[in-house]
Amino acid sequence: MSERAYEATPKEVLPHDFDEKGSIDWTDESTAINQKTMDELRELAGRYPRPRSALMPMLHLVQSVDERISPAGVRACADILGIPVAEVVGVATFYTQFRRHRGGQHHVGVCRTALCAVMGGDEIMAAVEQHLGIGDDEVTPDGKFSLESVECNAACDYAPVMMIDWEFMDNMTPGKAIAALDDLAAGKPVKSTRGPVLPGWAANERMLAGFDDGLADDGPAAGEPSLAGLKIARARGWKAPAAPKHKAAAPSEAKGAGA
Amino acid sequence: MTDTLTPILSQTWDKPMSWKLDTYRANGGYDGLKKALSMAPADVMKTVIDSGLRGRGGAGFPTGTKWSFIPQDNPNPKYLVVNCDESEPGTCKDVPMLMASPQLVVEGSLIACYAVGAHEAYIYVRGEVAHVIRRVRAAVKEAYAAGLLGKNIMGSGFDCDIVVHAGAGAYICGEETALLSSLEGFRGQPRLRPPFPAVAGLYASPTVVNNAESICSVPAILVNGAEWYAAMGTEKSKGSMLYSLSGHVAHPGQYEAPLGTTMRTLLDLAGGIRPGHQLKFFTPGGSSTPIFTPAELDVPLDYEAVSAAGSILGTKALQVFDETTSVVRTTLRWTQFYQHESCGKCTPCREGNWWLVQVLGRLEAGQGQPGDVDKLLSITDQMSGLSFCVLADGAVACVTSAVKHFRDEFEAGYHTPAWELFPYEKSTLWASEVARSAKRGAA
Amino acid sequence: MTDVTLHIDNVAVTVPKGTKVIRAAESVGIDIPRFCDHPLLDPVAACRQCMVDVPDAGNGRGMKPQPACALDAMDNMVIKTAVTSDVARNAQEGMLEFLLINHPLDCPMCDKGGECPLQNQAVSSGRGESRYGGIKRTYPKPTRLTDILLLDRERCVLCQRCTRFGEQISGDQLLSLVERGAASQIGTNPEGDQVSYFSGNLAQICPVGAITSADYRFQSRPFDLVSTTTTCDNCAAGCSLRVDQRHGDVRRRLAATNMDVNEEWNCDRGRFGFRSESDVLTSPLVRVDGELQPASWPQALSAAATGLKILNCQVGVIPGGRLTMENALAYARFAREVLGTASIDARARRGASAEEADFLQRQVRGVGVTYADLEAARQVVLVALEPEDECPMIFLRLRKAVRKAGLSVTTLAPVASTGSAKLKATVVPTAPGDEASALANLKMDANTIVLVGERAGGLPGILTGVEAAVQAAGARLAWVPRRAGELGALVAGCLPSGKGLAVDEMLAQAAQGKLGLVLGGVDLDDLADPVAARQALVQAPFVVSLEARPSAATELADVVLPVAPLVQQAGTFMDWTLTTRPVEPVLKPQPMTDRRVLAELARRLGADLGLPSFAAAHAAAEQLVAARGGLARVPGSHHKPAAASGAHDGALVLATWRTLLTPASRCLDGADVTARPATVVVGSKAAAQARLTAGTPIVVRGPGGAALTAPLVVDLFAAAGVVWAPDAPWAPGTPVTLEPASTTPTSDGQGGER
Repeated sequence: MSERAYEATPKEVLPHDFDEKGSIDWTDESTAINQKTMDELRELAGRYPRPRSALMPMLHLVQSVDERISPAGVRACADILGIPVAEVVGVATFYTQFRRHRGGQHHVGVCRTALCAVMGGDEIMAAVEQHLGIGDDEVTPDGKFSLESVECNAACDYAPVMMIDWEFMDNMTPGKAIAALDDLAAGKPVKSTRGPVLPGWAANERMLAGFDDGLADDGPAAGEPSLAGLKIARARGWKAPAAPKHKAAAPSEAKGAGA
Repeated sequence: MTDTLTPILSQTWDKPMSWKLDTYRANGGYDGLKKALSMAPADVMKTVIDSGLRGRGGAGFPTGTKWSFIPQDNPNPKYLVVNCDESEPGTCKDVPMLMASPQLVVEGSLIACYAVGAHEAYIYVRGEVAHVIRRVRAAVKEAYAAGLLGKNIMGSGFDCDIVVHAGAGAYICGEETALLSSLEGFRGQPRLRPPFPAVAGLYASPTVVNNAESICSVPAILVNGAEWYAAMGTEKSKGSMLYSLSGHVAHPGQYEAPLGTTMRTLLDLAGGIRPGHQLKFFTPGGSSTPIFTPAELDVPLDYEAVSAAGSILGTKALQVFDETTSVVRTTLRWTQFYQHESCGKCTPCREGNWWLVQVLGRLEAGQGQPGDVDKLLSITDQMSGLSFCVLADGAVACVTSAVKHFRDEFEAGYHTPAWELFPYEKSTLWASEVARSAKRGAA
Repeated sequence: MTDVTLHIDNVAVTVPKGTKVIRAAESVGIDIPRFCDHPLLDPVAACRQCMVDVPDAGNGRGMKPQPACALDAMDNMVIKTAVTSDVARNAQEGMLEFLLINHPLDCPMCDKGGECPLQNQAVSSGRGESRYGGIKRTYPKPTRLTDILLLDRERCVLCQRCTRFGEQISGDQLLSLVERGAASQIGTNPEGDQVSYFSGNLAQICPVGAITSADYRFQSRPFDLVSTTTTCDNCAAGCSLRVDQRHGDVRRRLAATNMDVNEEWNCDRGRFGFRSESDVLTSPLVRVDGELQPASWPQALSAAATGLKILNCQVGVIPGGRLTMENALAYARFAREVLGTASIDARARRGASAEEADFLQRQVRGVGVTYADLEAARQVVLVALEPEDECPMIFLRLRKAVRKAGLSVTTLAPVASTGSAKLKATVVPTAPGDEASALANLKMDANTIVLVGERAGGLPGILTGVEAAVQAAGARLAWVPRRAGELGALVAGCLPSGKGLAVDEMLAQAAQGKLGLVLGGVDLDDLADPVAARQALVQAPFVVSLEARPSAATELADVVLPVAPLVQQAGTFMDWTLTTRPVEPVLKPQPMTDRRVLAELARRLGADLGLPSFAAAHAAAEQLVAARGGLARVPGSHHKPAAASGAHDGALVLATWRTLLTPASRCLDGADVTARPATVVVGSKAAAQARLTAGTPIVVRGPGGAALTAPLVVDLFAAAGVVWAPDAPWAPGTPVTLEPASTTPTSDGQGGER
């Protein structure tokens, strides 16, 4: 059992001492937020009937600029929305996509929820950890990659799944994962299996905040599993029944069922 | 008799650039909206009620009936919120649907807004699926450009706007009141009901919250009529839906079929369990639904029959596990998911899941103490039906059903680690390839 | 409202529709355990401790177990609590076990131990032995929430009472839930620049020992404390207060429940302002050869009597506004019957005008406006009153009414304060002195209540104008003083009558050596001109000071007679609603109250005060209160209506009030409360004219060469020509000038604009 990916003892399953890592790092005041960012934050606040609805998009924008939820970003959101700083912190620490410390240029997420874990997610995580030399929720010293063990990402039919910059890297294996990371490290473009060439974590955070990056037409419509049923239906001529009023006009369309 | 597979939502997914408005319209897109706009809103609502369409987000509540709860005399603006926060383990239908055919949700939202008298819709998409958000935003943009959104849509005088809102990572936001809190810029914690969203939802105004698949099912119902839709499926579970098969099957993926299709049929279509293996257990509707074993292969997968068999149809997320899988490990991972995703608001969910993970963790490691299995059941008993929302009930279901079917495996955790009983590498996607190549090498 | 009848544990209960089941159960004495539930906070149903079985929801159908705190009582509903239902008992026991698995076993060193709902329930219905074998969640501890609050996160049961209090009651959201799931915890703004006047309530409503008061931490055990319910002496709100003492030392003060007044809350001034009781005067003092020397009581009383007797001039009496009615009555009789003077005035403060005296003679009659009236009103207009600073319970009650009953608040104020924002008040920018004309332009009706603050007396014509406007609209009017004893003293007869002199006149006479003085608890800095007041005491031919603590007045007096501090005597206050509130001795009574000292002094002057005992004084005070009730209010003033303020002729005038937690307050001596940082607030026009930058330090200069410096805030809603500064040493309406604090250029202002 040398490759045991997951060794569970109660102490390792759960941290018994919750340190302060959870909070925003108030000691790091560095920020790249400028007038343009402030204008964009205000623009987001203006997109909703009540500005506070924009808080999550605004926090996405903050971390696209500051690579994390920065003190300056928290204050900017609180000021623009007229809400207490503590409220912004409450929201920023509730959602897992908001980072309390800097993310890498590429953010790698390996799904470890039951099905992906069983299908090899644990082995992929172990391989990536070993390859990058970092653990869950850590960043490589060169700032290139951050790594996170993620929960189910709604791509179970493509298990095991890895996300890079929140783009799908479907049907992953340890080998494929390491190859992708090597290419990224070498500055080569890597394409998501169902999405664009990986744009980088910060760039995608900006897109999530609500600023178009023009990449919507990249990538396929669907991967093979998404089309699995449709392919069979096409092959066998299965269709949804025709509308009743068309029935008389085209009775032949209502074919006999296969089952 | 209806065909075994009935592609309606997935009809255009294999078309080139299927996500573009042109492709969508070339395949009948927006005919449903056109039809709806020619009808009175009440008639649109009646069509959807008559179709028997039920919520595809898990609860199966009749969609049209939900719309009818919107008080039309309420002076506040009315809102539609589309729930695309697809995060339930196993559930993977909305994401491929919106990636391949995002105009469906735009058209469906417009029809729903028209029916309930809303002029604003919010499409809440989980934040971890960047490309889906791009596609939905692009679809909204294209629709605006084509006069299908905004003022005086299709010359009908109907105005409607759509905002696509990206979440940021929280399973609980799939719960409708938590989603509304999140959309208002708060922590995604469920709210007390009453008041129900239909009366005081988004911004304390009447709000319909519908699952993406439910909304996307609406255009075809308008085009073809309620009767057409109701002709598919079973007596109380009408229509067709996306069944999502994942895990140890030869061809995992989306299978759009009438309600009441059995797992046996779906497994056959998916090429069966991966070669050389047998089905051990599966979830009918995601990890929150009690697991089924081969004994339930012939249960019609509709709301009633699955309930009668002791589980829930949920999101039709059929996660399939073969005999290499450790139930203890799988249950631990699901429970860890619930612990991670519990919002922390109420005691049983916050503390119960925390405790369950500790007990399951030592059972997986073969370090369980005699009585731990009963303790698991006792903890779940103290959670069941007592939490603020149903997240904890889902967490309970996966533990109790696993213990019910595989108690021996849990008890083995008193002395033997799960990875010794079920070497984990044998469950992986590439295990068979490894085995095959090893065999080839030997040959 | 219609009633519904339901059965709880087979007991029929009839309650108004909309009542929660947990309240209905309480009404018949059925206790349902709870942590997050609080009757004054919206239900959140988070702790799930109050789960009950619902065999019948009133419609013949059962429900799964429900939290009683969030469940509306329905007609014909059947509820079973843990007393009669295994389902409910199992649910409650399970919940308790869940709450305890991560709760530390540190009760022996926890401040809450002994008065802790969690501890009580763990003992009464918890398991003897824990089934939890894992490692408990722990955090570094304690966390500083504010200067006066500490948080031990591992004790927290996440009931959200504290966060809900901030959101729903005080409006100061100091705290927020942060993190998620099992890591959820209470978080604060780490920069800690927010101040709440009500933060102490958080420690009191925390159902476990998670939020504790730094002041009380490790001071005592609840079961070692002797508790007394009394009335708070720190303002005229009339809050019921629970004071806990041990071995003769007051250890803490808590809000006592009084639904007519403070409900279950109090302010930080009332809660933490008690350390002043530690430096009481212990011995009488007599000035010998220019120096105050300790003396025995007989010596000091004789010295005082002799001094008063041999004066060949009049004597004036200034009792101050902090006395119980019983003591105030003694001063009134001492002045009128022993000294034979009508020169008695309890208004030892700014604004003690003749116009005000007239106004008050009418105002103290009849039926007062109550807190419940505020809650039921449609409109409340604030005139020269900043309730958050000057009567915090009015603020809380108004906020409740705004939030729950749709009350609209209008304030005639110089600036838009944070308090106004929290009340969602309509601010009518009004310079000091312009209140009457502003009120005359306001639409009011019989559902309007006008609250006029003590500051209104300081400028001529305001009270007269306000009275006229209120009468014309058929609205109701209440006067809100700041001090706890002010109204009681007025009823007791401590207002000048006939040819009697008012406070400022007495001091002027004293300064000319023409008037001797008998002083009660007077803080010279409260007076209109503190410098002149000191001069008056120096020049006065003879000064007797009755005081509990050393003060500027005792230092200048000829005879100092130490009187019992309030914690050591019984008495009565009259709050701003004209309702009497009892004062109970918290510590062993000290016999030498003001009344007793004055009676002794009277005896040495050959007179009898007629108040031989507390009981006699109390009976006499009650008679006065009762007689007052029969007097109808007769509006009508011979004073002129307000003239326009000086703010219109281009000059800048001062607006100011006493902030609640001002460091200058003697009530707060020794308390670690955090005052709001001082600011100088002006309108944008005034800022532009004076070329001042928001956020930079500004010097405000008034008469007499004094100055105060604070950062500038530019308020778009500020009244034209007005400069607001907190706790300024000059009266509202005083002309002032502004200048930058230094000539060196300052950095860009940070967020001074609002």
